[in-house]
Amino acid sequence: MQKEDPTIIAFVCNWCTYTAADLAGVSRLNYPKNVRLIRVMCTGMVDTQYVIKAFLEGADMVWISGCHPGDCHYINGNYKARRKVKLLKEILPLFGVSPERLVLTWIGASDGIEFAQTIKQLTDIAREQGAEAGGAA
Amino acid sequence: MKRTSHILVENNDPSAAIRRFLASLLALDSVDAVLTPRWLSEKTVMPALINDPDQLEQADPCSPAFMMNSAKLVSRLTRKTPGGKIVAVLRPCEIRAVKELVKLKQAETDGLILLGIDCPGALGNRDFQALAAEGTEGLGNRFLRGVIPDAPAEFEGRPISEACKACEFPVPDGADILIGLYGADLNEKLPVQSNTPSGNDLLDDISAPESEEPADRKAAVDKVTKARTARRDAMFEKTAEQVNNLDKFADYFANCVNCYNCRVACPVCYCRECVFNTNVFDHEPFRYLQWAKRRGGVRLPADTAFYHLTRLAHMSTACVGCGQCSNACPNDIPVMEVFRLTAHRTQAAFDYEAGRNIEEPPPLSVFSENEFTGIVGITKR
Repeated sequence: MQKEDPTIIAFVCNWCTYTAADLAGVSRLNYPKNVRLIRVMCTGMVDTQYVIKAFLEGADMVWISGCHPGDCHYINGNYKARRKVKLLKEILPLFGVSPERLVLTWIGASDGIEFAQTIKQLTDIAREQGAEAGGAA
Repeated sequence: MKRTSHILVENNDPSAAIRRFLASLLALDSVDAVLTPRWLSEKTVMPALINDPDQLEQADPCSPAFMMNSAKLVSRLTRKTPGGKIVAVLRPCEIRAVKELVKLKQAETDGLILLGIDCPGALGNRDFQALAAEGTEGLGNRFLRGVIPDAPAEFEGRPISEACKACEFPVPDGADILIGLYGADLNEKLPVQSNTPSGNDLLDDISAPESEEPADRKAAVDKVTKARTARRDAMFEKTAEQVNNLDKFADYFANCVNCYNCRVACPVCYCRECVFNTNVFDHEPFRYLQWAKRRGGVRLPADTAFYHLTRLAHMSTACVGCGQCSNACPNDIPVMEVFRLTAHRTQAAFDYEAGRNIEEPPPLSVFSENEFTGIVGITKR
């Protein structure tokens, strides 16, 4: 089943991906409107429960994006985020949520173009995945 | 250095032999108290911290009661130095939970001797209470004879708890001192083994005789482990099918009243203040109406699936499979099955096993630079 207008909940790091979003904006880059950005100080603070809540509320995809390895403003928050994403990618498929619906990327502050392209790709994947897995609450 | 000894059984009474062994430890100057399950007024068996050897008469570590996971109690006794030495008589799952709590800085092993007994399993609380109401005479010995070594699915017509039936850890490998039941002649002698220097010291102090492991022990342990592992895998298969999408998951927990007893009973759920008890979940009243309008209806109490999924994410890597979550559920939801299913997968993902080794850090407390690179970026499987 194709879903025309998927919702992607994004947790983006203040220091890099959010800055990249800003850059994409001031550069007047176009990208699909499906992403709802939530700015966090570090991807390391994105608790597993935030991701779970997003899926239960009907998100089609959850996207976490932070600094490249070695660039974390708080030294190692992105590595911690990666472990949590690994954990969730093990848990969610047991309950029917495809691991492809949870995406972790590293997008640096100067990567405005990559930010816009990533959203295009994610939106395509979300459409392919079809209607949301969640919504049970 | 491991040391093997034995306890002689007299009058065909292995429970009394274990009590005598505990009394011999308590008599040592170096031991101040024994934490052990013991009968309370012929009605039930609860853990007690015993200093008076006379009170050890009611101790019954082999009864089919498993009212709570005593790791939580060990945490209370040792979160600061207890000021003496405690011998804690625990089931294998309790020992593994203690190890998890030590890693989480909720307990200390200083002043603590972990004494493990081969686990015969247990009944659920309600089944145990019903059984005890019919008569408690020699129940510990009856239970041992009924379930060792074959690990049947029931005892005197009542089911062994689902967690115990599917538990592949019958032997308390992590104990300082281990008392064996599998492969032993319960009417003759029980093997005793020390696995650590502190366990060794205690066996030396009571002048425990040198002995050899019973020839049948390894085969008996393998047999029960295999039988229970087979049950576990069947349980995984059945449970996986029952929860394989979020609607089914919600349905699985349909009878949940958000009492959070499963969290209270969980030995490794250690937060002083759980997020689900904070005002994060005191939703503004208008939100309920919003949800009802958006979805046409909202299940109340709210956040049930959210609570269980979050607890799986937060705690499954520390799950020891004791089954107390199911035991504590007022509406008999098989919580343990989902927890074990998830824990099996999450622990494997980090090459971790809860309670295996006190030196292994909990998976979410550490990281390394070059791990899990395959999950980063937009990848299609």
